[in-house]
Amino acid sequence: MFTKTLLSAFLALGLGTAGFAEVEEPEIEDIAFSFEGVFGKFEEEQLQRGLQVYTDVCAACHGLNLVYYRNLGDEGGPAMAEDQVKAYAAQFETFDPELDDFRPAIPSDNFFDSGMETAPDLSMMAKARKGFRGPYGLAFNPLFRGVGGPEYIAALLSSYTGEEKEEAGAILYENTAFPGGWIGMPPPLSDELVEFEPAHKNDVESMSEDVAAFLMWTAEPKLMARKKAGLVAVLFLSFLAVMLYLTNKKIWAKAKRKD
Amino acid sequence: MGGIPHDKYEPKTKPEKWLHSRLPIVGLIYDTIMIPTPKNLNWMWIWGIVLAFTLVVQIVTGIILAMHYTPNVNMAFQSVEHIMRNVNGGWLLRYVHMNGATLFFIAVYLHIFRGLYYGSYKAPREVTWIIGMLIYLAMMATGFLGYVLPWGQMSFWGATVITGLFGAIPGIGESIQAWLLGGPSVDNATLNRFFSLHYLLPFVIVALVALHIWAFHTTGNSNPTGVEVRRGSKAEAEKDTLPFWPYFVIKDLYALVVVLVVFAAVVGFMPNFFGEPDNYIMADPLKTPAEIVPQWYYLPFYAILRAFTDDVWAVQFASFISGGIIDAKFFGVVAMFGSIFVMALVPWLDTSKVRSGRFRPAFRFFFWILAFDFMFLMWLGARPAYEPYSTFALIGSTYWFAYFLIILPLLGVFERPQTPPDTIEADFDSHYPPKPAE
Repeated sequence: MFTKTLLSAFLALGLGTAGFAEVEEPEIEDIAFSFEGVFGKFEEEQLQRGLQVYTDVCAACHGLNLVYYRNLGDEGGPAMAEDQVKAYAAQFETFDPELDDFRPAIPSDNFFDSGMETAPDLSMMAKARKGFRGPYGLAFNPLFRGVGGPEYIAALLSSYTGEEKEEAGAILYENTAFPGGWIGMPPPLSDELVEFEPAHKNDVESMSEDVAAFLMWTAEPKLMARKKAGLVAVLFLSFLAVMLYLTNKKIWAKAKRKD
Repeated sequence: MGGIPHDKYEPKTKPEKWLHSRLPIVGLIYDTIMIPTPKNLNWMWIWGIVLAFTLVVQIVTGIILAMHYTPNVNMAFQSVEHIMRNVNGGWLLRYVHMNGATLFFIAVYLHIFRGLYYGSYKAPREVTWIIGMLIYLAMMATGFLGYVLPWGQMSFWGATVITGLFGAIPGIGESIQAWLLGGPSVDNATLNRFFSLHYLLPFVIVALVALHIWAFHTTGNSNPTGVEVRRGSKAEAEKDTLPFWPYFVIKDLYALVVVLVVFAAVVGFMPNFFGEPDNYIMADPLKTPAEIVPQWYYLPFYAILRAFTDDVWAVQFASFISGGIIDAKFFGVVAMFGSIFVMALVPWLDTSKVRSGRFRPAFRFFFWILAFDFMFLMWLGARPAYEPYSTFALIGSTYWFAYFLIILPLLGVFERPQTPPDTIEADFDSHYPPKPAE
């Protein structure tokens, strides 16, 4: 057993220096989103732009069935006015089992399911992907940059190379952010595809960021409440820790002959 | 609860005497809270309180989560998202419960390694140690069952892989696996029973924790010197100890709150750091994820499980003498459970007369390698199973067993330990010298 161990140890030393054949993971660029960090907040305008990109482009295939139209009026989200939310919902038809017929959607309805079987629902997408994991699985990058879901989405939408190939009757598009490098989704965005009101930069990169931020909100609608609660808890507990430190010092002073 | 002589509760008023002669519960609480505690305990003796607190947090948040959760394969994933989105404060309950498991395991590993370093497991505290190991096993089971409940991709495939371990037992394995799952594969029956057991096991842990505390209140706490409290008389014992209240209650509370500052920061600012993104995708029996990775706290043992492949000498030997009944998979399963079993046997494997690692220089060297080995295996458990990781994992696993089965028994014979102080009082006084008489 010991010989085996020694042998393995020598082997490993040899392999360790020469053989770190890591499978390259796509390089995802870190984006300084407004909602990152201890004081991070969603930007209402960005979420509204993201909603527009989703509605005009993504929604053609992808659903968002965990989100309700009423959520669009939520604080810590797009915070749209009540009449805007109603007007937005009313654009869509939803099936009402009570009427046994379609009717215009109202705020208490949820967004529709994916229209295409191969297009996944996007409600949770920003938390269901990771952009950062390394180096060597040691998780330093996620520790400092976050898990990187929104970064992955933004990178995916803006990393098409323009190359196409046909495989088993389906067209695949080359995308440097996608694991494996070839994705079934055709490039969804092009410069100036969506016109914002009021006008805002609408090249592929900024639209990708907007929709990635919007999808982070759909995946984590309570993000701002969470960060606020976290900050309050940390401050409160730190204060309590100081009080307990002083109490502890005082109680032990006599036993430690420091009084 | 006995052992160290100390003041006992004396009922004074009439109602107190009335109750005490019928149910001496006030006396029991008094004796528990006022237990004489070695006054030289350091900051590694705080994890027990952190663990007790975390257990309560997990049970309270878990009970409330269960009010909103639906254990059905078609509804479980959505019901967890319903908690995150629509239940008041649901996101907080869920993230606290989810990261509470991480806090629980960080604390338990520090608690266990403290015991290993200071020789807390040695006579007369073997029973405390064994009960502790049972608690740890129950925690692992509870954590695994709980991870299945959100019915994400990792839930489903983790359950498939882990229950598959039982399928590796020769002959009866497949029947056991089907019995655990309630069918041929992970499905609604599995989810239902896992939910039921996930609710049950924490209360088993509560009972075991009560026994754990009872056991070490009988023997008294260990301490960093490994020297026992003098028990000749109350006066003598009081030189070595201080009552748990208020000295250690306040000290432990202070440490607990410092730990909770970090915990609150994790829950508030990076609640998904310890999770797998794949678990935010609903379980799909037809789609295997690219990598199936267990939660971080199983990784060292997962690495041991995977380390023993067909080409390992020991596996081939076991396969040969058992006539092929023991294959690499079963060997790995035995190694994984064995790695915890040898840890449970450590009170009898460590032959040293000196209890604390503080006075055993050679032991300390091997102990720190073990601590590093544990982290190393944890990293390897999440790495893909090809070279050089497979060889690393084999070395790491071998050291784990060698430490308990070879190094510890031999060290006691060959090592020349330093001399511990005569009393706890002497150790304490060397840190906090008595004031010269004025």
